[in-house]
Amino acid sequence: MNTLPAQSDALLDIRDLAISFKTDEGKVRAVDGVSISVKPGQIIGVVGESGSGKSVTMQSILRILPGNAIVERGEILLRQSRNGSDAEVVDVTQINPNSKRMRSIRGGEVAMIFQEPTASFSPVYTIGNQMMEAILLHRDVNKPEARTIAIDMLARVGISNPERRIDQYPFEFSGGMRQRAMIALALSCNPSLLIADEPTTALDVTIQAQVLELMKDLQRDLGMAILFITHNLGVIAQIAEEIVVMYLGTIVEKGPTREIFHNPKHPYTVNLLKAIPKVGQSRTRLAAIEGNVPSPLERPTGCIFHTRCSQRTHGTCDVYAPKLTQIGPDHTTSCFLYE
Amino acid sequence: MVKFLLQRVLGLAVTMFFVSIMVFAIMELPPGDYAERYAFRKFSGTGVTLSEADIQSIRVDLGLDKPPWERYISWIGGIITRFDFGPAFAFETSVNKVIGQRIWLTLAILFSTLILTYLIAIPIGIYAAIRRHSIADYSLTVFSYLGLALPNFLLALVLLYISVTAFGSSVGGLFSPEYANAPWSFAKAVDLLQHLIVPTIVLAWSATALQIQTVRATMLDEINKLSVAAARARGVPETRLLLKYPARLAINPVVSTIGFDINRIFSELPIVALVLGLPELGELLIKSFLDLDMFVAGAILLILTFMIVFMNFLSDIVLAMLDPRVRLQGG
Ligand SMILES: Nc1ncnc2c1ncn2[C@@H]1O[C@H](COP(=O)(O)OP(=O)(O)OP(=O)(O)O)[C@@H](O)[C@H]1O
Ligand SMILES: [Mg+2]
Repeated sequence: MNTLPAQSDALLDIRDLAISFKTDEGKVRAVDGVSISVKPGQIIGVVGESGSGKSVTMQSILRILPGNAIVERGEILLRQSRNGSDAEVVDVTQINPNSKRMRSIRGGEVAMIFQEPTASFSPVYTIGNQMMEAILLHRDVNKPEARTIAIDMLARVGISNPERRIDQYPFEFSGGMRQRAMIALALSCNPSLLIADEPTTALDVTIQAQVLELMKDLQRDLGMAILFITHNLGVIAQIAEEIVVMYLGTIVEKGPTREIFHNPKHPYTVNLLKAIPKVGQSRTRLAAIEGNVPSPLERPTGCIFHTRCSQRTHGTCDVYAPKLTQIGPDHTTSCFLYE
Repeated sequence: MVKFLLQRVLGLAVTMFFVSIMVFAIMELPPGDYAERYAFRKFSGTGVTLSEADIQSIRVDLGLDKPPWERYISWIGGIITRFDFGPAFAFETSVNKVIGQRIWLTLAILFSTLILTYLIAIPIGIYAAIRRHSIADYSLTVFSYLGLALPNFLLALVLLYISVTAFGSSVGGLFSPEYANAPWSFAKAVDLLQHLIVPTIVLAWSATALQIQTVRATMLDEINKLSVAAARARGVPETRLLLKYPARLAINPVVSTIGFDINRIFSELPIVALVLGLPELGELLIKSFLDLDMFVAGAILLILTFMIVFMNFLSDIVLAMLDPRVRLQGG
């Protein structure tokens, strides 16, 4: 099949990914030229306002995009470490989404947790039923063994009395507990990559902090890489080593967390940092940036951010697209100010 | 769950109590006196002249001099303890005799219609939702609107025509002539079933059309739920995923409208029965109202409402089994 020799040490290498949606109003470009590389065990934060294409990018890794989505170009290279040492790299975009191979990646090698812990469990099956479903699909165990694994995992994420809780329904759990259970489910098959799509947005501030702490702990113990998506730079600062800033389907800046916080370059990043919610209001969305995100149907020409940028230069920013510029060793941005 | 069951049983009993009072009130509604009508029927044209005293004695014979609540108690008491629905004076026999055969036929048609409806509507509704916007989906939609628009009696006539010309079978009535008076046998039962096919199809037609749309709409809702995406993201194969998560919930609205379906089918039954010459309850109900034969009307109303209330009770229980939220939170 579409296996390539392992070229880099990256676990996941998204290269120049572009995704569109067919809609009644026409074709909508949701992701345009995104490249993200994730090393094993690395925690990468992806931040951006609503509609910046974060979720779409993540869904494309698992090939669970809505039916009207088209992957226009790009590669999503995933390193599969089958039977120990001999790693092989597959381009996920080339795999049939309904194939067995794709299904073994979903949940097995790449697991995903979602923003709404309430809605991510089906209300008519027990937590245990849904956890064991994943375990039985991906691990070579029988039912009692799967149950033991699930109970252990529930205990591991801090759910007390897991032997009893495993047979309860999602609505018998609190929001925070549900998200813990979802994390337990996702990690019960030892994925090498965990995609967390705004896993704490729907939770209270204190619970949010606990869940973040838990995810860091689990990452240290289990060693999986995490792609952590959020609106909230404040949340990302606590967990990520590297930050990817997205705007309207493209990456405007990328760099180590410290660099992004202390030496932000792109005007959009600078604005995002200014908009970090203060203590006590960390659930408010990033609304402080002037102007609105343009409709994806009317993507601005030139630099996509120029319509809201206070430092734009006429004749340049609204006409030409800025190139990716190296700022530091791992720090890049796309802005004419630095070209 | 035990508490839930007890609650529902109690609800069933209370509802039936009020229903029986209402039915009784309806039976009392027609103007004039039961005894006078009884006397008129029995003796009109015989040349016998009756005095007020004679009518009064009939009244006492029939227990009509008693206050309504006593009559209610003896009526309902007879039904509960002896399954005796009282006298049917227009036929000068008991209600039980008059409705006896018809009730089984009516129940057979009701249930075969329900079963046929669900057997067709549930899988097709689910399929249409999965294949949304496909040719199959569109043709099913057109078909089901046709089903809703086509009058039952017309469909009954068309099917009658087809089965007589194409299969040479006699569809009217309950039995073919050769079995009508024959003793019960396997062949006679098969003959009966054959005669039930056309009315069942006719009645199931519009019910199916409606339920396909319901199932399809719920299924579409459920398919887009995050929990389905989450299950897909953990590698559940697509067919299993669709059956385990959205399809299971798409059945709920069907289950919860069983009582409604029975009511609909029953009200459509008389016209179909008329076309097909079937002796069923709906037609008898209308006739008994025209004849002011109130014990017959009362019995039919009571049996029908009991059926509906009981099926609602059953559907509550099935829903509770399907959906733990109902079961554990007391719905
Ligand atoms: N099913 C769809 N049909 C059409 N367009 C879609 C669809 N799903 C997403 N899009 C488009 O893709 C763009 C990116 O959406 P995406 O959900 O990835 O944003 P996001 O960054 O995750 O935002 P949020 O923070 O709100 O979750 C949106 O502008 C939207 O218009
Ligand atoms: Mg999103």
